[in-house]
Amino acid sequence: MAERQSSSSWRARAVLVLLLGPALLWLLALIILPHVDLAFLSLRERTAPHEYAASLTQYRTFFTEPLYWHVFVRTAALSAIATALTLLVAFPMAWVITKVARGRSSSLLFVLCLIPFWVSETVRSLGWLILLRESGVLPALLVKLGITAAPVELLYHDATILVGLVYTSLLFMVVPLVSSLDSLDNSLIEAAYDLGANGPSILRRIVIPHAVPGITAGCIVVFMLTLGNYLTPTLLGGKNSQWFTELIYTQFIVRFNWEQGAAFGFLLLGLSTAMVALGLRLSGQRFVDVMRRT
Amino acid sequence: MSTPDLAVDHVVKRFAEHVAVESLSFSVERGSFFSILGPSGCGKTTLLRMIAGFTVPDSGDILIGGRSMRDVPPNRRPVNMVFQHLALFPMMSVGENVAFGLARRGVARTERTKRAQAMLERVGLAGAAGKRVDELSGGQRQRVAIARSLVLEPTLLLLDEPLGALDLKLREHMKIELKQLQAAFGTTFVYITHDQSEALVLSDHVAVMNRGRFEQVGTPQTLYYDPQTPFVAGFVGANNRIAGRAESVAGDRVELVTASGWRVASRARGRVSAGDPVTAFVRPEAAVLERAEAALPADQPRHRGKIASLLFDGANSAVLISEQSSQSEFRVALPQTGRFSDLKVGEPVAFTFDPMRAICFADVASSGHG
Repeated sequence: MAERQSSSSWRARAVLVLLLGPALLWLLALIILPHVDLAFLSLRERTAPHEYAASLTQYRTFFTEPLYWHVFVRTAALSAIATALTLLVAFPMAWVITKVARGRSSSLLFVLCLIPFWVSETVRSLGWLILLRESGVLPALLVKLGITAAPVELLYHDATILVGLVYTSLLFMVVPLVSSLDSLDNSLIEAAYDLGANGPSILRRIVIPHAVPGITAGCIVVFMLTLGNYLTPTLLGGKNSQWFTELIYTQFIVRFNWEQGAAFGFLLLGLSTAMVALGLRLSGQRFVDVMRRT
Repeated sequence: MSTPDLAVDHVVKRFAEHVAVESLSFSVERGSFFSILGPSGCGKTTLLRMIAGFTVPDSGDILIGGRSMRDVPPNRRPVNMVFQHLALFPMMSVGENVAFGLARRGVARTERTKRAQAMLERVGLAGAAGKRVDELSGGQRQRVAIARSLVLEPTLLLLDEPLGALDLKLREHMKIELKQLQAAFGTTFVYITHDQSEALVLSDHVAVMNRGRFEQVGTPQTLYYDPQTPFVAGFVGANNRIAGRAESVAGDRVELVTASGWRVASRARGRVSAGDPVTAFVRPEAAVLERAEAALPADQPRHRGKIASLLFDGANSAVLISEQSSQSEFRVALPQTGRFSDLKVGEPVAFTFDPMRAICFADVASSGHG
């Protein structure tokens, strides 16, 4: 009996390993191995053709060259702003989908949020170009309405980059918010109202505390996506968008300086890890719990 | 007479084609326990939500403490509600739950902590202030929900079937506790339920509601012993329903014959004329059972039958008798002496009931609608 039990538990373990196998392999081959390689790359310096020595030069360059850390800080700040804006836009959307709309119209609204994502990100961003460029739709409209005398260039501003980033990230904020607001029992809101609370105090004391895991999850995902976004800042911000991923791209592809690019990659990884840790600490959440809820 | 705590004046509420509450007027005296009893979908929840302010009546007015509640939102009404599933705030401690309303009124932190503590003590939960809501038992949560409302000293406490989710034993216990809490605080309670036993045990007055109207308002005793409509007779307490045609009417005494030919004497409630289709209601405990017909009181009509099934339920034990001539089923409560504990299915028995306690309604006239 005991033998049979142990053999069945052995089998269960084997099944588990087999099921997890592909995921573990994927993790190892596509994430861990390249990163180990990049780590080695970032910690060396070319002393002569085909000759390398271990050094911290790549990281030192980052701190001594103002442009690099300037872009780094700028990317972090704009990403944080974009995340906050996405939250501000997505929260009312999620509220309407879960608490205002009923039945079919609620699912319809949710699908409407999803529809833009059927189009590739590149095409969507190019859509913004058509709308915002100097000869585009919106500047022409502004002239027609007499708001501006001549067409203005709406592309290549930080605000344009932010608009694009918020637009791209919206769904990733709406989904966790919808799931966490959906689980909020309406009678809690009514009970708070009945006990004398008003709109703002219900939001602050009941809705937000309940939605914190969803808010945290959405912010983490959006922040990571924004920080690592390459296409949107490049297309909408043009040459002077100064996004950190562009610096990495330049190092790897244009300058063929893989060592520098690898160091930048690690700095970006460190930045996103630090910001996520900070966010979790501030909201009093644990990473595992947050990810489980989404 | 002082102003009633609650006065509902010709209140109407329609949802699309469906009338939820139909021109309803009633008032609730200060300090009383008032229940609204009705089947699900009778409009009682809509009525309660209109009193709380979550639903706006189409017409009519609701006065609380003599003040019209027209255009007064729920957070400004002197009314608090205990929700069906209690709706305690899981993101807060028990103490914070109780202090929530006080905080909204701008009571200072130390003062509201003190008052929340005192209130928890009064409901027997001293020392629970620091606990999480999910650490409490069902009965304790119930008390927190009531404490959370009563700490605001409302004119009126509304309770929306708060015992519905509890298991039977706890429900019986909470019934007693609710009644004692109401007596201790003296706050006017308006309680809605579909459970007639809750309504009867708890209330000073009960309104039986059906299809958006009150069928009857009265003390539990009146409803039970003197129902005004067939609906009330059928809904409040167990009743034998005997449908037939009035064969003869003499004063308030109606002789009815069922379709299968059973002859029953009853007392008319409302207008009953010979030939009317009628329904009579007889309480199981109004009937007397004997093994031998001769042992029954001689001055009442006697009926014979066979035991169809035994329904043993301790003090509420009863038997179903299949009446001899018509095979109609008739329920008789067993006396608690244990005298009939050896009854067998199929055994021939005789039974009788006082015609004065068989209440007869003419079918069309008294039910009005439906």
